[in-house]
Amino acid sequence: MDSQWTEPTLGENLAKAGVSRRDFLAFCGSLAAIYSLGGAAGTTPATAAKIAEKLEAVEKPKVVWLQLQECTGCMESTLRSGGTTVEEVVLKLLSVDYNELVMAASGDAANQVLAQTNKEPHILVVNGSIPVNDGGIYCTIGGESAEQVLRDSAENALAILAVGACAVWGSVQASNPNPTGAKGVDQIIRDKPVVNIAGCPPIGEVITAAIAYLLAHDLSLPRLDGEGRPLFAYDQRIHDSCPKRPHFDAGQYVRSFDDEGARNGWCLYEMGCKGPSTFAPCPIVQWNLHTSWPIGAGHPCIGCTEKFFFDRFTPFYQTLPDVAGFGVEASAETIGWSALGLTVAGVAAHAGLTAARNASAKKAEKSEPALLGMPTPKRATYSEENKPSDGRSEETGSK
Amino acid sequence: MAEQLVIDPLTRIEGHLRIELEHENKQIKTAWSETTQWRGLEQILVGRDPRDAWAFAQRICGVCTSVHAIASVNAVENAIGSNPPAQAKLIRDMVLASQEVQDHVIHFYHLHALDFVNVANAAKGDPAKAVAFAGQIGSKWKGNTVERMSEVRDTVQGILDSGQLSIFSGGYWTHPDYRLPPEADLMAVAHYLDALDFQRSMIRINTVFGGKNPHPNFLVGGMACTIDQNRSESVNQVQIDQIKVWVDETLAFVRDCYVPDALAIAGVYKDYFDIGAAQPNYLAVGMAGATFAGDPRTARVDATGHYAVKPGVILNNDFSNVLEFDPAKITEDIASAWYKYSDGGTSLAPAVGETEVEYTGPKPPYKWLAGTKEYTWCKAPRYDGNVVQVGPVARVVMAYAQGHPRTVEIVDSAVKTLGISLPQINSTAGRTLARAVECLTSAELLAEHTFPAFVANIKNGDIDVFDATKWDPSSWEYECSGYSFVEVARGNLSHWVSIKNGHIERYQCVVPTTWLAGGRDAAGKQGPYEESLAGNGKHPLVDPAQPLEPLRTIHSFDPCMSCAVHVFDADGIETAVAS
Repeated sequence: MDSQWTEPTLGENLAKAGVSRRDFLAFCGSLAAIYSLGGAAGTTPATAAKIAEKLEAVEKPKVVWLQLQECTGCMESTLRSGGTTVEEVVLKLLSVDYNELVMAASGDAANQVLAQTNKEPHILVVNGSIPVNDGGIYCTIGGESAEQVLRDSAENALAILAVGACAVWGSVQASNPNPTGAKGVDQIIRDKPVVNIAGCPPIGEVITAAIAYLLAHDLSLPRLDGEGRPLFAYDQRIHDSCPKRPHFDAGQYVRSFDDEGARNGWCLYEMGCKGPSTFAPCPIVQWNLHTSWPIGAGHPCIGCTEKFFFDRFTPFYQTLPDVAGFGVEASAETIGWSALGLTVAGVAAHAGLTAARNASAKKAEKSEPALLGMPTPKRATYSEENKPSDGRSEETGSK
Repeated sequence: MAEQLVIDPLTRIEGHLRIELEHENKQIKTAWSETTQWRGLEQILVGRDPRDAWAFAQRICGVCTSVHAIASVNAVENAIGSNPPAQAKLIRDMVLASQEVQDHVIHFYHLHALDFVNVANAAKGDPAKAVAFAGQIGSKWKGNTVERMSEVRDTVQGILDSGQLSIFSGGYWTHPDYRLPPEADLMAVAHYLDALDFQRSMIRINTVFGGKNPHPNFLVGGMACTIDQNRSESVNQVQIDQIKVWVDETLAFVRDCYVPDALAIAGVYKDYFDIGAAQPNYLAVGMAGATFAGDPRTARVDATGHYAVKPGVILNNDFSNVLEFDPAKITEDIASAWYKYSDGGTSLAPAVGETEVEYTGPKPPYKWLAGTKEYTWCKAPRYDGNVVQVGPVARVVMAYAQGHPRTVEIVDSAVKTLGISLPQINSTAGRTLARAVECLTSAELLAEHTFPAFVANIKNGDIDVFDATKWDPSSWEYECSGYSFVEVARGNLSHWVSIKNGHIERYQCVVPTTWLAGGRDAAGKQGPYEESLAGNGKHPLVDPAQPLEPLRTIHSFDPCMSCAVHVFDADGIETAVAS
């Protein structure tokens, strides 16, 4: 992408982009309001003027990119992005001062860089979950618990991106029975908006686009859905944008892997595809420089952008219930809603779930998650601890 | 009086590793390897559908993505008696080979190179001299142009001028032991950037067959991607042509860029062939990509063609005596790990392994861990009581000892050029060299054997990719168990599964980094990381504030800590080894 960052400092860049000083101060005021919510003991409440002063002096935005309890798949996906490349991100657009996978420094030198950047305004990207059980012994970095590392980096963060299923909800290690108490970022950081870039991992281009979006919009957040996911990537249900949808509507299904239907590229619904319950841009953006995507390569979607998919969507090869058959679109859509935990009474069969959902994302805040997915009672039980958090309305994210 | 040093986070690895050291007179005297993450998924697979296991196991690691999934489907297929068709096996071989090459390239350039390459110095490099230097070391990489080197120099200079060093912040750029001339540093930084572009492109081999990377999709019984030359929705000539391009670019990059760079760095840092030795014991079930669904002496399922190199164990550097590999001789010691065994002892075979947490360490935040007997989440595997090394170095040694012609040719040439002896491969530089050597044999095999075999089969009408006969759980034995061995990027990997009434009863993995990152055993024997740093009391550490030398040695193992900790360990697999 073309960087919006053509001048040396943020102040100059904003001026060039036609952002007035007054608007900028208003923006800083809104940030100050957000920060003051936290009100950590002993800290001076941030003021708009102070934030403005700091922000204007920022040359390239600083980034702290944490990796907590995770598998590094999200960093690997970032390396694969062909949109804004990782080279542009780390060398041109941003100053990624701390990221354990790629940074040169280790040990004390790395910790000093982190401590310094934490004091300054920065963008915080988080991969990985936060294991809170037993005093945080299950993931420590530099002798600190993952929770403490996250809290320290969140304090002065201008924006927080939780990248990947682990950072969003805990993913595989948070699956039943979640022995380490793995939690998502927004279950720990409650006083600031968190953008959830869902997926296991998310598509590389979506990760870097989320960062580029912040830069292109003066660090304001994109519009989010009820689960904190940016609409630019997660507004469409796979079932609605799937090129195999006509086969679903026509009743043309793969009945066994490698059968005639499979070779013809028919619908994988009967093989357990979770596309009807999954919001993700896979069919649109595709993977690895638009080479293919899971359903395109013949495998059913496992729903990895949805919370608790390792529990709700397993067994993976079991057909989603009640979406049976020819042309029964309404039934499929009901499943989509239920699995999302949304109340959808009255959605017209032909309104299209995606459109309806976007129009009423606020519902997510209020409705009790139904946690429907696969009929596997053993897996559908959650303790209070790892219940999905209440979602946020889309307004939370926009300034 | 020895001083203490903590390196945590140890960066440019996968996951969370903490190294604690005692050093004196600029030499390391004692070392502790401490894994500081545990995800505790032991019970998560129990009760699940075995056909789902690969998707869980795959999430053990996103750097070695695919490898756990492939080990998992092979173990399950071994248990239920499924026989994937030849083309499905070849597809898995291609996915595994492309993953391995990509993994080695990323390791060398993005995780390891900054231990030897001074980025700050690269800005002083003359682009024309950088191109000349590349020519001198035999690099025929297409990126070796004055224009490209100038562009990269300007990029580096721009970063330095801005005062915002990004990922290079806090690097050890003033350390006295960066040795490359500026033009070599410039060339290396250019290749660092080119390698990012390369891995992004060639990994699409995974995407064609698995739909995405990281974490492509697999299938018990075969693969889900269909093949049909007469249908647009199946893998056909379009994808074959694409893969041909990516396979060729893979071989070109490894041959023309990676291998010459690795040899050049090994030559400049030649004393590192005398630094970082661990026990001269090696274990491998074959060359990279060797896959067994069941007994590693009989149940070979990959089609890589490297069959001549058999599973084996070499002890005490005795290359003339390759011992038969017996899985029953593997044990896992927990003397230094935060677990307890029900019999009160510290050593169990994986076949009857247990993973019950007993954390005795300090509550975070803490300053020092090694004061207590237990200090890590990582178990310490032993073979017949011996500490062994796995990974590229073990495989190269195994292939060399068994006379694999191409390996012998490359190794002999490298040994001669560098003026070292073969046993010196047991070292920091040796492990890094071995990784490049096997990357070349793997890229050649992919380009010259595996992919052509896949295409030839299609020409002959062989397009089956799935064994449907064992898909339905009602076709399985009520109780069954299976296991797999696979040689993956970082070494020997095995998965073990027991199934009862269609559900997983037990699941366990023995993972490459576990072999290497584990701590002391009950007999006090150090793990390979520890011994490589402190084995002879002479490992250099010139400036404790810039611990560049221990980073070189630890990085030479290519640590993968998320893998190392026994994420899917489960109680007592009574099984498969016996059969």
